[in-house]
Amino acid sequence: MRNATTALFAGALAVMPAIGFAADSDDPIVIPIHNWSSQIVMSNVVGQIFESMGNNVEYVTTDSQAVYESVRLGDVTLELEVWEGAFGASFRAAQEKGGIVDVGDHNAVTREDWWYPMWTKEACPGLPDWKALNDCAAVFATAETGDKGRYLDGPVDWLKHGQERVAALGMDFVVVNAGSAAALWAEIGAAEADKRPVVVFNWTPNFAEAVWPGEFVEFPAWEDGCDKDPAVGPNPDALYDCGNPAKGYLKKAAWDGMESKWPAAYGVLSKISFTNAQIAEMAKLVDVDELEPEEAAEEWLDANEDIWKPWIDAGS
Amino acid sequence: MTDAVASLAEAAPRGLSRGRWALIFVAFAVLVTLLQYAGLLPAALHRLPENVIPPFAIWLDAIFNFVKDDLGLLTLTRTLTEGLQWVLDVTANLLFGKRRWPNIGPIPWTAIAAVTGVIGYSLGGWRMALLGAGTFTWTALIGQWDIAMQTMSVLVVAAPLAFMIGLSLGIAAWKYAWVNTAIKPILSVLQTLPFFTYLLPAVIFFKVGPTAGAVATTIYAIPPMILMTTLGLQKVSPEVVEAGHMSGCTRLQLLRHVYIPSARTEILVGVNQVIMLCLAMVVLTAFIGMPGLGAKLLAMMGSFKLGRSFEIGVTIVLIAVMLDRMSKAWVVKQPEHFPRGTPWWRKHIMSLLAVAAFVFFCIVAQFFELASEIGRRQSLSMGKEIDTLIKDFLAVEWVKATTGFLRAFLNVKVLIPFRNFLLSIPTFALILLIVAFALRLGGHRQATYAAIFFSLVALSGWWDRAVITLYSVISAVTLAMLIGLPIGILAARSEKWSRRVLLACDTAQTFPSFVYLIPAIMLFGITDIAVIFSILIFAMVPLIRYTIEGLRTVPAEMTEAADMSGATRLQKLWKVQLPLALPTMAVGFNQAIMFAFFMVIIAAFIGTQDLGQELQRTLAGTDLGKNFVLGICVALMALTFDLTILKWASDQKKLLGLDR
Repeated sequence: MRNATTALFAGALAVMPAIGFAADSDDPIVIPIHNWSSQIVMSNVVGQIFESMGNNVEYVTTDSQAVYESVRLGDVTLELEVWEGAFGASFRAAQEKGGIVDVGDHNAVTREDWWYPMWTKEACPGLPDWKALNDCAAVFATAETGDKGRYLDGPVDWLKHGQERVAALGMDFVVVNAGSAAALWAEIGAAEADKRPVVVFNWTPNFAEAVWPGEFVEFPAWEDGCDKDPAVGPNPDALYDCGNPAKGYLKKAAWDGMESKWPAAYGVLSKISFTNAQIAEMAKLVDVDELEPEEAAEEWLDANEDIWKPWIDAGS
Repeated sequence: MTDAVASLAEAAPRGLSRGRWALIFVAFAVLVTLLQYAGLLPAALHRLPENVIPPFAIWLDAIFNFVKDDLGLLTLTRTLTEGLQWVLDVTANLLFGKRRWPNIGPIPWTAIAAVTGVIGYSLGGWRMALLGAGTFTWTALIGQWDIAMQTMSVLVVAAPLAFMIGLSLGIAAWKYAWVNTAIKPILSVLQTLPFFTYLLPAVIFFKVGPTAGAVATTIYAIPPMILMTTLGLQKVSPEVVEAGHMSGCTRLQLLRHVYIPSARTEILVGVNQVIMLCLAMVVLTAFIGMPGLGAKLLAMMGSFKLGRSFEIGVTIVLIAVMLDRMSKAWVVKQPEHFPRGTPWWRKHIMSLLAVAAFVFFCIVAQFFELASEIGRRQSLSMGKEIDTLIKDFLAVEWVKATTGFLRAFLNVKVLIPFRNFLLSIPTFALILLIVAFALRLGGHRQATYAAIFFSLVALSGWWDRAVITLYSVISAVTLAMLIGLPIGILAARSEKWSRRVLLACDTAQTFPSFVYLIPAIMLFGITDIAVIFSILIFAMVPLIRYTIEGLRTVPAEMTEAADMSGATRLQKLWKVQLPLALPTMAVGFNQAIMFAFFMVIIAAFIGTQDLGQELQRTLAGTDLGKNFVLGICVALMALTFDLTILKWASDQKKLLGLDR
């Protein structure tokens, strides 16, 4: 298997114009890997593209929040998935300290908000409207919440402001914070067995869409300043009285020394742009077809040469 | 015997007055709490007002930045990192073929499995050979070879490093009293400091990745090595040392050829502990870039793959059990001596066999690809089947009924009211209660520590979260006792069952705790009960182990005496065995509390509102000061219990004349 890949890359190397490659440093480009499949496969895809250009690549497993500090210090060279909602704050904080640069957005848009699996709709037919959700709050009650509904929010450090939204919109919900993404999946998985209605925090693109079809709750649409100016949104006295942006960015970031150290790779990185469909496909290769990430990346690269070859040509 | 009576007589009046003082404290605490309930207590006495809380986090940050930048510690550690990185690159190349010097790896899995088999055989016969070779064969067949070797590539560096540092510090602590005094408190704090507090400094000083993972693992594994080394050296009998002196040893020779060989058993037990602790860190270090099994496990959990994460857990357990059994066999096995004139190959037959097997499989691997690598497509992973199995089990009617009942009763009627009760007690009163507990069980010194430690926790400004942490620990340990003690007592009745239950304990302890979290949530939802359930499994292990240990080491004369005086089985248990086993059981109880403090922090991944949640939050940023404050809070609480209970256990041992 490994030999076949090497051959493939050698071939790819031969047909590609050799301009600009020589300038890249021999030091490995360090790509961080987090704990969700699409990011792992995407990192392997990009890593293998870099390798096909003759660069050395290494992967390192890191925490998805702590990684920005490592990029800033140059311990890690780049980050391929900067989610507006989840990591925007960490990214901006690191940017202010200096050492990390914005390398442009992916084509993909991200969305993070209250979400429910499809079977929930049977118990609460008015969905996805948030008022309808609030009317059937009792359906979501648990032993601990009494007659109020329970909304399972993401971990506190994701700063999702579920609590504030419930207060601002006067909803009959108790917000419980899960401790990790895995905890969210476990709750959905447990609810699936007897089709119990649940409403949880979720995001797209994400493997969960393939496993549990579902929809986002439609809150009052996001307006700029909803998180800063109480006057914005339906409740004039409260912040966070609207839904999250439905089209958040998915950004690439890099250490600010990357451009001078690996100019060709940096050029390609700035051209790289994946769509939601492509990201979902990468995640599927691992989550549904059970491939190892390296194998999934090889497979994806084999099948999509027309997508990534032009990036190399345009970047160098 | 007279000694015991004398100490009893001496202890009795002191114990009484201590008990009376403790009672007075409790009464006062109750009074303050009642005042609070009646609404008569000023708010400032209920909780410390915000403005008296010193900004510890900011001070610590300042100190930390000074040490890091101005004293140049960062430059030093980053230089060390490069050396470490080089060593790790070599092992990485050999074990999983990272493209670094010497560029000869990866070693085929068949070769490693065969060599382990030979080592196993020489240490413990066919059974051990089967365990060694079988573990690696399973790892390869299940498709985890690469990730397992990524883990091993770090452990084979971290474990020897911990061994060497631990051994040297242990020798130093034995040789110089001041080193011993300096090292003891540091060790206690290190052993109680939550793991998340090691992670952030490791990343900052040693670069995210395998280097930080290796450093964090090493630091975590050092303490028992130091303790065992010192213990072993202290026990060396004077006659042996005398013999060494008489044969004209220099000081270094004396250490090398007399002390260390005589302390061999303790030192090897230390090695065993080092290996076990290193394996316990496999998953946690994945948060700071340690590759391999842990990182894979977290990724699998992140995409709700129960089956595959379960398989990784099994691999970790197998490796742990294998290394544990092998190192224990090594402890028992005494060095072999051959009659003069034995041929060279005969003395080294095992090493020769290992080399032959290694070379043979390296050659085979050149011709059969399967003998060198097994990819995901050829593996025998049963991930999906196990997934279905677990999900089906959780959906069974009686399982759901039980968990539903537990959630409605235990959680809503018992746990949550208990938590709210603890939170309602004024800070001052709760500290008094804990001081009373330390005074009653330990003594004046322990009570003073308790007062200082808990006051510091109150001053940290994280009191409510600390109380919730304490609540989870107390609830989990109480439940663990209710379940664990009967199991231990029953198992201790026969040799066969003791062994079986102890094996189950080993497994539960080395099985990565993260794997429990998901089933716990699926059973109980994101509630306190899921948190307590996951701590419970961990806390039960030492309780059961030490109960069995305590009961089975009750001197035979005592039980015989009971039999002769015609005691029934129950009388014998209550009047003779349990009282005599109690000090040992107390050590188990203490460990249960320590494990619970360890696990409660990890349970933050389920979703808690305690110190663990805040600690988890600091991992994301560079809030080193806050991270330390939180970590120290946990350590201080754990230390209070540790000091008190161990003091009580050793007092009891002395009283019962069990202390040799």
